[in-house]
Amino acid sequence: MKTATHHREPLVHIVKRTDISTKKAVLIRAIAVIVSLLFSALLVFVLKGINPIQFFTALFEGAFGTSRRIWILLQKTAVLLCISLAVTPAFKMRFWNTGAEGQVLVGGLATCACMYYLGGALPLPLLYLLMIVSSIVAGIIWAVIPAIFKAKWNTNETLFTLMMNYVATFLVSFFINTWVTSGSGTLAPMSQYGLPRILNNWLLNIIIVAVLTVAVYIYLRFSKQGYEISVVGESENTARYIGINVKKVIIRTLIVSGALCGVAGLILVGGTNHTIATDTVGGQGFTAIMVSWLGKFNPLFMVLTSFLVIFLEVGANQISNAFKMNSSISDIITAVILFFIIGCEFFINYKIMFRKAAKEDK
Amino acid sequence: MKKTPAIELRGITKTFGPVVANKNVSMEVYHGEILSILGENGSGKTTLMNMISGIYYPDEGEILIGNEEVMIRSPKDAYRYNIGMIHQHFKLVDVFSAAENILLGLKDKKGFDIKKSTEIIHGICEQYGFELDLNKKVYEMSVSEKQTVEIIKVLYRGADILILDEPTAVLTPQETLKLFDILRRMRDDNKAIIIITHKLHEVLSLSDRVAVLRKGEYIGTVNTAETNESSLTEMMVGKKISLNIERSEPKNSEDRLIVENISCTNREGVRLLDNVSFTARSGEILGIAGIAGSGQRELLEAIAGLQHLTEGRIIYHNPKTGKEDDLRDKTPIQIRDLGVRLSFVPEDRLGMGLVGNMDITDNMMLRSYKKGKSVFLDRKKPHELADKIIESLEVVTPSASTPVRRLSGGNVQKVLVGREIASSPTVLMAAYPVRGLDINSSYTIYNLLTKQKESGVAVIFVGEDLDVLLELCDRILVIGGGKITGVLDGRTATKEEVGLLMTKYAHTEEGGEI
Repeated sequence: MKTATHHREPLVHIVKRTDISTKKAVLIRAIAVIVSLLFSALLVFVLKGINPIQFFTALFEGAFGTSRRIWILLQKTAVLLCISLAVTPAFKMRFWNTGAEGQVLVGGLATCACMYYLGGALPLPLLYLLMIVSSIVAGIIWAVIPAIFKAKWNTNETLFTLMMNYVATFLVSFFINTWVTSGSGTLAPMSQYGLPRILNNWLLNIIIVAVLTVAVYIYLRFSKQGYEISVVGESENTARYIGINVKKVIIRTLIVSGALCGVAGLILVGGTNHTIATDTVGGQGFTAIMVSWLGKFNPLFMVLTSFLVIFLEVGANQISNAFKMNSSISDIITAVILFFIIGCEFFINYKIMFRKAAKEDK
Repeated sequence: MKKTPAIELRGITKTFGPVVANKNVSMEVYHGEILSILGENGSGKTTLMNMISGIYYPDEGEILIGNEEVMIRSPKDAYRYNIGMIHQHFKLVDVFSAAENILLGLKDKKGFDIKKSTEIIHGICEQYGFELDLNKKVYEMSVSEKQTVEIIKVLYRGADILILDEPTAVLTPQETLKLFDILRRMRDDNKAIIIITHKLHEVLSLSDRVAVLRKGEYIGTVNTAETNESSLTEMMVGKKISLNIERSEPKNSEDRLIVENISCTNREGVRLLDNVSFTARSGEILGIAGIAGSGQRELLEAIAGLQHLTEGRIIYHNPKTGKEDDLRDKTPIQIRDLGVRLSFVPEDRLGMGLVGNMDITDNMMLRSYKKGKSVFLDRKKPHELADKIIESLEVVTPSASTPVRRLSGGNVQKVLVGREIASSPTVLMAAYPVRGLDINSSYTIYNLLTKQKESGVAVIFVGEDLDVLLELCDRILVIGGGKITGVLDGRTATKEEVGLLMTKYAHTEEGGEI
């Protein structure tokens, strides 16, 4: 080696942050959202030659263009938020429930079955009651089966709940085949048996989810059961040490989680769609996982994250419609933005150190 | 002419967020000497050595090897400069043999000649006096054998600067002496040896020079021959402190907890406790000594209701009712419902005793949250308790709503011990309660335990520092390989006696966690 005359130091190195102020963390996330929007505008400009002003106009048009669009934006946010609320207690317990998709679907199926078989045969209030109870019970069954297996035999909940999704999907397609005799494969909406309307088709759902949001927040933060969930999630050893029955907590929490998924199925089928299809939930059971994580398992933050995700979705859809592009472009935009938002967590957890004044000759 | 240092540090600074781990540290090590780096836990010893071995990169300052400035960005770079570090937690592949572990990860262009390599390893063993069966698999080894493999591994790679991080923490007194012999031989072979430690007597008996760190700052280097225990402590702590534990005679001692012939096995059917019997008496401190992983954890957890037993009984004499209860296979809640006031300070503070991400108040609640019929939590009383503990035990924290993981080790322990004592127990079990604590905090904990004893509590103390056990405890129970190998009087026993009993049945079982 030659004689070292220069101070040697790598150009950059990465340091873990031990602590970051809330203000700074919020700032980093805000910057990420802005940069991601600018980047997707640039991308669309390069690919399709669409001027960025038009891009942003379409984005906001899609979300807030008409009062109907605003209602739909809020309704979709409500459904996604409801599913996110459902997975949150389980996630807080570090139970990776990837089966919200199926749990919501069976909840919806139960509602739909009530409407199909009992619609017209029972007075409406009784029908509503049955719809509510059966959707919640169905959601609970779908969630509690993997929970029991996890508690008793420590099976992997991620795989188990994922598998339950497929069972749910095929169950729905079985019933559609049974109910639809025309061969069209789609069940006609049974709007006359839908849940009562307040003002319009959407407000009831929004109110239900708003109440649930507050309820879940209080449950997780101020109830003894919520405290047990946190302890089990943070450290099962600690839970054992203070005498929490971990198995019981797992099963109980998944009952809560499944019940909330059932409610999501109820409002989706009973409240808006009035029918069911295998893609009724449309992947929201998985999107909810991300919403819950990004919201740091705090129901109040999740209002913001679910709103952001839906805003992007409808905005990006409008872009692909307005400029006659196929829907891939909206997927690309959504993906770009989410990539930035999730990627910015790196900068929240780590700091990049640049070489301080590189010393010249000594 | 002045000797060239093997390695020289100049103005090294390293920060983690707001924490300054090392501040402007400068020191040097020469070939043919043993340098001790002395400092309390959290004084930045390990961080400093990690920068030499390429795990961290310094924020400021430079490292010189043989007068040339070098850039050590990875452990691989460190090997290139012949620096080898033996970490506190061994990094070995369990299912490989000693020889395989030593050769692992080496790139040799000429191909792999295991016979020749084995010969070289044999040569190293002979030269320095290692005793090791090269074909033994790591999972069959004792902790000390694993350490030997680690040392040979770095020697085989040609290290002539060796760094050992707290190498004696897991060894018995006898094994420690053996290791010191080996280190002296290496020194005589002109290697530069750095040993990180916080045990003063080891520093004095082994090293040529001592470098002292305090709170990340370099205090100074002294020749071992020209110093003594109290002046080193003063350098380490920054002020004079007395290192005495006051041990009072047990008063009104009566049997509180009688453990009769208990045994337990792990999932694989290996016996972790084997026919263990002893009695813990009120108003005395019963020490438990043993090599790490000899069954101490299982023993305490069995009493606390966390470990299923295959045989035996645990009888609790209730001082209030005079009743006798069998605690075997009862859950912690059932034990509490029996009116048994049992407190347990587990070894794993943040993984068992406390929840790191919760604040002090919520951690206080762990023991009491169930009280009352309401479905909602009552945070008021836990908050008062938190404030009380912060005040009476001088916990350094911004407030009671700070997550405990942000507190320093000593303060975490004060929170935990404070909570466990708050329920006025009749039996208090503490596993390694001073591990990782600075000297001042350690003595705070010793005094708390002694106070509990004086108020009539049966204290069970699992310790690792034999000097402390001999000074603090009234009786010492020695455990080896899950069996009780002896019970000694804390006032008359010697370190050698305890050490011999520790190894009586040792090495028949896997070492367990460190």
